[in-house]
Amino acid sequence: MSIEIRDVTKTFGSFTALDDVSVAIRPGSLTALLGPSGGGKSTLLRIIAGLETADSGVVTIDGADATRLPPQKRGVGFVFQHYAAFPHMSVARNVAFGLEIRKRPREEVRARVDELLRLVHLEQFGDRMPSQLSGGQRQRMALARALAVEPSVLLLDEPFGALDAKVRKELRDWLRRLHDEVHVTTVFVTHDQEEALEVADEIVVISQGRVEQTGSPDALYDRPANPFVMSFLGPVTQLGGRLVRPHDIEVLGIEVRDAVAGVVADIQRVGNEARVRVGVGGAPPVAVVLTRAELRALGARVGDTVWLRLAAGAATLPVDDAAVAPSGPTLPAVAGGEGGRALAGASSPRG
Amino acid sequence: MTTPVRDDAAVASSSRPGVAGGDGVGRPVTSRRRRGGGARGSHASSSRGVAPAAPPLSLGAGLGLGLAVLWLSLLVLLPLAAVIATAAAGGWDGVVRVLTQPQTAAAIRLTLEQAALVTVINAVMGTAIAWVLVRDRFPGRRVLDVVIDVPFALPTVVAGLVLLALYGPQSPLGVDIANTKVAVTFALAFVTLPFVVRTVQPVLETLDRSAEDAARSLGASGWTVFRRIVLPALAPAIAAGAALSFARGVAEYGSLVLISGNLAMRTEVASVRMLGYIEGGDMAAAAVVATFLLAISLAVTLALGLFNRVGGRRG
Repeated sequence: MSIEIRDVTKTFGSFTALDDVSVAIRPGSLTALLGPSGGGKSTLLRIIAGLETADSGVVTIDGADATRLPPQKRGVGFVFQHYAAFPHMSVARNVAFGLEIRKRPREEVRARVDELLRLVHLEQFGDRMPSQLSGGQRQRMALARALAVEPSVLLLDEPFGALDAKVRKELRDWLRRLHDEVHVTTVFVTHDQEEALEVADEIVVISQGRVEQTGSPDALYDRPANPFVMSFLGPVTQLGGRLVRPHDIEVLGIEVRDAVAGVVADIQRVGNEARVRVGVGGAPPVAVVLTRAELRALGARVGDTVWLRLAAGAATLPVDDAAVAPSGPTLPAVAGGEGGRALAGASSPRG
Repeated sequence: MTTPVRDDAAVASSSRPGVAGGDGVGRPVTSRRRRGGGARGSHASSSRGVAPAAPPLSLGAGLGLGLAVLWLSLLVLLPLAAVIATAAAGGWDGVVRVLTQPQTAAAIRLTLEQAALVTVINAVMGTAIAWVLVRDRFPGRRVLDVVIDVPFALPTVVAGLVLLALYGPQSPLGVDIANTKVAVTFALAFVTLPFVVRTVQPVLETLDRSAEDAARSLGASGWTVFRRIVLPALAPAIAAGAALSFARGVAEYGSLVLISGNLAMRTEVASVRMLGYIEGGDMAAAAVVATFLLAISLAVTLALGLFNRVGGRRG
């Protein structure tokens, strides 16, 4: 089922959570709302669910105006960051809740609950209480509970945010596979760009109540619309007055045309990655990421002179394209203070 | 070698006062914590609580426990024992004679009936007030929050005077309920108002709102969400408040003695009847009534605790 959000604005007191936001979500897609905390993405999700009401604008679910519809009439399944388990009900009763409310026959409820518990690999845990489950299990229970009522839309608010890294990774893959099986239109909120890039078909980048860019993970990564999107989706550095990804810079041991000369300031090896910072005189140091093998081939050491140039097909943005962050000619052309982090470490960012 | 020594110490330090204090110390605490398991449960948990901290702290812990038992003995256990002993002095026949005396029986019936009625009213109204205080934002909310405690703060006789002035023969509102059962209900409702509100309020404040959101998104209406999600979470607190309010209602004297008129067989409550016995020099009869009411209160408290345990597990 498609979801359409048109010109939605939402304020809490003097704080504008959403400022004239329009998003269209394709039926059957798996869409990520990505952005920094407090950017409005959770508010947007709650407006789609009917848990918040937009001050103005229209929400359409499957072609029907749902703007004023209460949550229980929207046919959405909602999964919360902290599971929102019903603590006094067993796992099976949790999953059955939506069906029991709809007064489905007992047999049907039992069959459906069994099927869902199998789907989320909790078939042996039906009689447990939620407090006896691990975080990952509780979140799977919450997913089964949301899916039980066969929602036309599945909404997940930072669904893996409270889980540790390993479980988060597992659940991410599992959500992707689940979506491929169930095909329900799914929207999830995350501040983790890696999660969005890995799981979603479509990413909507939201910051400060506005949509920065919408598109496929590849499109966003390769053709970011502005410095904010570029820096939020991955590390960036500057070369010759342009924003560029550290792995899109070639480091050469000999001088070639159009290459910028610099001196290796330091080298940091993390796993297979070699993070090199090159001082280019005047400008801030350039962060470059090489593989270990590339570094070995280059043979450069701290203090050596090297030449930098853009790799073919590299995505770049002019640094002074600072419409997003009109803070003047100083470095933070990369909005939201992301630039410092990306430049310094050129590491894989955790949004 | 160290382990057995430690175990002995733990057993000794817990079992010694446990015999004397197991009931007195354990009962009120455990029943409020929805255990109600009696001596064995509280004994086990108290020894577990003492054991790990025992080696370096045994002196301090022992002193604390001793002090608690002593204090409770002076204030609660000894007077209680005295009352029960006095009541038992007349033998079983004496007990039956007092309790079946028509005026006394009527007073006890009225007291239990009114206390139960007020407890039910409090369970509903107290929950509603707590809800309004926690969930709704309106001007004057803080003032209302303070006003809830007025029945606690006000001496009960003063409360009685206020009630008499407002709802007595000279009522400026034209409402005269003096010398009726309604007056008893009113006075009891007044003094027991804060109990349920104050037990439910903190639970409601810390309740996970997302569970309610989840229920709504699953199709539950507001009322269903309240009944299926909120109420089960509040039930222990409501029951705890209700138990307190019942116990207080059974014992109340000051607030209703002026307005109820104390008419024998009609508006006389048990506490007034007891005073009548004492004034007539019949301590034994007063003690019998007191012991009987005490037993009922304890039973109700335990029953509500049990309800909690069962209700808390399965919604």
